[in-house]
Amino acid sequence: MKTALFEIIENQPIAHDIFRMRLVGDAHGISAPGQFVNIALEGCFLRRPISVSDYDDHGLTLIYKVVGRGTEKMSTLHVGEMLDVMLPLGNGFTVASHQHPLVVGGGVGIAPLYALTKRLGNATVVLGVRSKEDLFFEREFSALGAKVFIATEDGTLGTKGFVTDAIRENDINFDYFYTCGPMPMMKALVAMIRSTTSGQLSFEERMGCGFGACMGCSLQMRSGSRRVCKDGPVFNMEDVVW
Amino acid sequence: MVDTRVSLAGVMLQNPIIPASGVYGFGGEFRDFYDPNILGAICLKGTTLEPRFGNPTPRIAECTAGMINSVGLQNPGVDAVIAHEIPALREFYHQPIIANISGFSVDEYRECCRRIDAHVDIIEVNVSCPNVHNGGMTFGTDAHCAAEVTKAVKSVTKKPVFIKLTPNVTDIVPIARACEDAGADGLTLVNTFLGMRIDIHRHRPVLANVMGGFSGPAIFPIALRMVYQVANEVHIPVMGCGGVRSASDVVEMMMAGATAVQIGAATLRDPILCKTIIEELPVLLNKLGYERCDNSLRLCRQ
Ligand SMILES: Cc1cc2nc3c(=O)[nH]c(=O)nc-3n(C[C@H](O)[C@H](O)[C@H](O)COP(=O)(O)OP(=O)(O)OC[C@H]3O[C@@H](n4cnc5c(N)ncnc54)[C@H](O)[C@@H]3O)c2cc1C
Ligand SMILES: Cc1cc2nc3c(=O)[nH]c(=O)nc-3n(C[C@H](O)[C@H](O)[C@H](O)COP(=O)(O)O)c2cc1C
Ligand code: FES
Repeated sequence: MKTALFEIIENQPIAHDIFRMRLVGDAHGISAPGQFVNIALEGCFLRRPISVSDYDDHGLTLIYKVVGRGTEKMSTLHVGEMLDVMLPLGNGFTVASHQHPLVVGGGVGIAPLYALTKRLGNATVVLGVRSKEDLFFEREFSALGAKVFIATEDGTLGTKGFVTDAIRENDINFDYFYTCGPMPMMKALVAMIRSTTSGQLSFEERMGCGFGACMGCSLQMRSGSRRVCKDGPVFNMEDVVW
Repeated sequence: MVDTRVSLAGVMLQNPIIPASGVYGFGGEFRDFYDPNILGAICLKGTTLEPRFGNPTPRIAECTAGMINSVGLQNPGVDAVIAHEIPALREFYHQPIIANISGFSVDEYRECCRRIDAHVDIIEVNVSCPNVHNGGMTFGTDAHCAAEVTKAVKSVTKKPVFIKLTPNVTDIVPIARACEDAGADGLTLVNTFLGMRIDIHRHRPVLANVMGGFSGPAIFPIALRMVYQVANEVHIPVMGCGGVRSASDVVEMMMAGATAVQIGAATLRDPILCKTIIEELPVLLNKLGYERCDNSLRLCRQ
């Protein structure tokens, strides 16, 4: 864990209010997909936690949605500027070997699933967004060799409805799942699966520090109190109290 | 070279810089960033007799130049702190440790102190937590209650006892005096200010607990004012706390009358802040013409 300056080499919109930022710097501490970084921004007191969407030793890619002051500020940064980044944070996904892994992403929660899918190799991917213009990475996931299904709430692309509808409609068969997205989506997914299949879920929580010191992000899990930033953000389905 | 050592009610610190309770956990989390042995002391997370999960999330709300927390004294309980946290810290850390204890009755404060007494160097008594009901801050907003807690804790320890006061009072001076009269060896000023934020999109408070404790750079002038008011009225040392984020803030706190200075919220954004300040403080004092970190810094009462 450290703070380091990364150089912005790309920062541009890839969907409605969604930006891709590519950073160059020493990223070799990142060891698992689903880990995140915490970004210091001028004019914001706290850092902003953003998942690592893709990484190698020399840099990382972030996908972020503009929702408030911090992400707005991020969207105004220019190529060549330096960013104060704390990393690597969190546990990330444990890449297990299963015959039919399913990857389910909702909204900007799709971001960290890219590096995961790269490592899984044989995944089926279901992406849920509100509308066609909110979708990103469909082609990138396909390029990884994954089978990709889309659900849009307004029916502008793929299945009309939620990710659970897309899974049913396409009769997707899976023996393990990985998911990241809004809480109601993850809840609906787990309710549909009804404990027949195990999986890992990535959580969000408002954070004070991002590195385990302040207890700002604690959730009550079956195994006890767990910090989303340090013990998570990824938790096993069996550990989650709904 | 400037001598940065300070004596805190008889405990020698190599410098006056201390991470405040609640932002440093039990010491382990900052090890990646720097060796904690450079610190003056470490103040542990607030500890209660029984384990506490704390409040539901969201527990954190950002503010202009600060933050509100409603963690609610999450801790594993005093016995686990003694059995696991302090031994783990002592393995790599050899400077003084300050316990920060809290309770829901005078008896609980006393018992918590009695148990942790042998394992730490200084006891800081939090009578100022705004995030728990029927305890914490209610003891610190009343001079009589604060004095009762002070007496109870003093009766079970020979270690220096610092009472950490809340700024959420009309006049902090009588409460500070009551603690001194009840035998306190020092005071910590201040804990967080009761605050609140509202999420205008969701039409509800940001924090699950509605209100929480506001801290960070925004509160510095108020904390400084309270340190100044109190330090001139009592004869026991004061640890200044609230909004500090630079060596010059530390010097201001010491000029206001603080003997040592605690740093809270600012270390969450900048985890190496304490290290930076420890490096910059002697340089700044030297520039200002001071040779020591002592009373010579203090303003005369204007
Ligand atoms: C582990 C983790 C990974 C994340 N990964 C991504 C990602 O890859 N892409 C992405 O777009 N977003 C991600 N988020 C959410 C992102 O952190 C927030 O959208 C962002 O902090 C909002 O900041 P703001 O200043 O724009 O919004 P504001 O609402 O102005 O922020 C105010 C405060 O609330 C906090 N906050 C607001 N929304 C959230 C949220 N959903 N989660 C946590 N804190 C929040 C902010 O950090 C800030 O402290 C992630 C969150 C977590 C916890
Ligand atoms: C996340 C967080 C947790 C805290 N927990 C405690 C605690 O357990 N006990 C305590 O006495 N003070 C606690 N405090 C208060 C700080 O120790 C300090 O008094 C206050 O934050 C003011 O200093 P600052 O402005 O530098 O943050 C906490 C503060 C924060 C931000
Ligand atoms: S955000 Fe501080 S412990 Fe998780």
